[in-house]
Amino acid sequence: MPADPMRQNSTRVDPVSMGRVRQNENPMDPAAASGYLDPPARVGFFTDTSICIGCKACEVACKEWNGVPEDGLQLTGMSYDNTGGLSADTWRHVAFIEQRVPIGANRPEALAAAPAGGTAAAGAGRGAGEAQQPAPVQGRQAVPAGAQGAAPVVAQPGLRWLMASDVCKHCTRAACLDVCPTGALFRTEFGTVVVQQDVCNGCGYCIPACPFGVIGQRSGDGRAWKCTLCYDRLTVGMEPACAKACPTQSIQFGVLDELRERADRRLADLHRAGVSDACLYGRDPADGVGGGGAFVLLLDEPEVYGLPPDPVVTTSDLAAMWRRVALAATALAAGGVVAFAGRRR
Amino acid sequence: MSRGGRSGERPMVPVATFDSYYGRPVIKSPVWRSPDIPGYLFLGGLAGASSVLGAGASLTGRPALARVAKVGSALSTALGGVALVHDLGRPARFLNMLRVVKPTSPMNVGSWILSTYGAATAVAAGTDVTGLFPRVGRVSTMSAAVLGPLLASYTGALLADTAVPAWHDGYREMPFVFAASGSAAAGGLGLLAAPLDQAGPARRMAVIGGTCELAALVAMRRRMGLTAEPYRDGRAGSYTRAAEVLGLVGTAGAAIAGRRSRAGAAACGLALLTGSAATRWAVFHAGLQSASDPRYTVEPQRRRLAARRSAVT
Ligand code: SF4
Ligand code: SF4
Repeated sequence: MPADPMRQNSTRVDPVSMGRVRQNENPMDPAAASGYLDPPARVGFFTDTSICIGCKACEVACKEWNGVPEDGLQLTGMSYDNTGGLSADTWRHVAFIEQRVPIGANRPEALAAAPAGGTAAAGAGRGAGEAQQPAPVQGRQAVPAGAQGAAPVVAQPGLRWLMASDVCKHCTRAACLDVCPTGALFRTEFGTVVVQQDVCNGCGYCIPACPFGVIGQRSGDGRAWKCTLCYDRLTVGMEPACAKACPTQSIQFGVLDELRERADRRLADLHRAGVSDACLYGRDPADGVGGGGAFVLLLDEPEVYGLPPDPVVTTSDLAAMWRRVALAATALAAGGVVAFAGRRR
Repeated sequence: MSRGGRSGERPMVPVATFDSYYGRPVIKSPVWRSPDIPGYLFLGGLAGASSVLGAGASLTGRPALARVAKVGSALSTALGGVALVHDLGRPARFLNMLRVVKPTSPMNVGSWILSTYGAATAVAAGTDVTGLFPRVGRVSTMSAAVLGPLLASYTGALLADTAVPAWHDGYREMPFVFAASGSAAAGGLGLLAAPLDQAGPARRMAVIGGTCELAALVAMRRRMGLTAEPYRDGRAGSYTRAAEVLGLVGTAGAAIAGRRSRAGAAACGLALLTGSAATRWAVFHAGLQSASDPRYTVEPQRRRLAARRSAVT
């Protein structure tokens, strides 16, 4: 990850000498790799969608704190999600999915049987009892989840709601940051990815580069905007606004390594309880973007939530692209030589 | 679990054979506009390859061809630069492109190529037209001829270095498509504007470029598989077919009639120029189309995942 040479920061060191100065260097620490000397621990989000209630408090808190402009009040007509997706003017987006699925009898109980509070160190007790999927519908009657302990164990046609709060992943290998030609996008000391709005010239390159479709261009403004992971709040030791506002602690903020451990425990709990579809998305440092600073626990395939199933940072092929460019340029020049080598007219 | 076709009570949800979030795109479409960006891709290719033609013409004593190529490349570079700046969200900040040197950003590298090349080609054209400073003119002509091929080719990496399926998946061939397309256009300009007795190299460059352009396009689409579909469909499909017909007609015409008839040469030149432009518009729109359909993002990734999983087990 190239350090932006124009951005002066007291904790920055010359990337060339960095290797000698730093000790205990973690190759997966993007802040250190960007040239920060002794950066603070990398932070991020773990969003546990199994306890999200779709209240959208995070969306509102984000807009309020960050002064993100209103971007149209429309009804999408597809679900209770009237936001649609992440954009320059939506930095937290709550997906809402209604599925007709055969509900195995153990399913809702399982979620209730693995209360989230038990694994969230900071959130023990809070939201544990209420943490549950919306009730499946039987006939016309909704049955509260967790109240079916003795129900017959038969899979039946049912309905389920999935809710998930999505955000910029603050990728370890961030395509937006790699391709930004001005250096407006930069890596913070916390390992997050932020746009410097006074530098961005609205070239729009970051927008199709992001494999998650996160960053967008603000109309009337021309520049690119996205989640900053509340950089301003982080610098004064506060947690991001969305995590603060989340009433169920579906959005958990913290040191990334701790969040990963917590998520692993939560996943194990869910699997033990029979929620076999539960999976962690963006947690794996070996994935195509080096893992996200923000990652999630999902209850269905990523694409159901609008997430790419196997995202890869586009610049992983860039060396090959440059080789191809060099070859093509040479071929063009050679073609020119051939064109003149022929007859004299 | 029901896969696809989750319509049920929601008639607005498109029926699909793969999962998506209500048919919404996964990635964001480029915000780049037509004609700015496809126009720049075309003009950059035309300019870059013309500089090669111009230098060769100067070295081999073909002043009329040299004049056409040099002035043509200077004008296309200027126009292309204007198009680029015009497309920025904040045009007044275009110089921010040059505040860093960043090899991971083809746009940054391209800005450096464009600005140095632009200076060289402008001086080359200016000295040619005015006859002043012949030595400076020679140096800048040669510099432009060295940088020109890079200008014509880097745009392949510019587009490919995104998450846009129809662009990224073509990264192996895209620089060749653009370099060849630039040669075809530059040859076409020579055929159109230079006198017949000096246009020989332009004709040969047109034939080489036109042939390679068509071949590279075919090779690219064949290897891409699913994500090549947008090149066939919709607006991109129309541009692709236009590029193929014009390229074929222009190339064959240049090879057969380009030496004999001034009018025939000019017509072939025009066909090659428009064909080269159509190639860029085809690529541009194919990218937009592939970005707005989640299928092109999800399906190849699903397959990749499945292949990896089956390799593990
Ligand atoms: S999710 Fe997209 S916008 Fe966020 S850091 Fe990754 S590449 Fe950049
Ligand atoms: S739009 Fe702004 S942040 Fe995005 S790549 Fe261009 S200069 Fe960088």
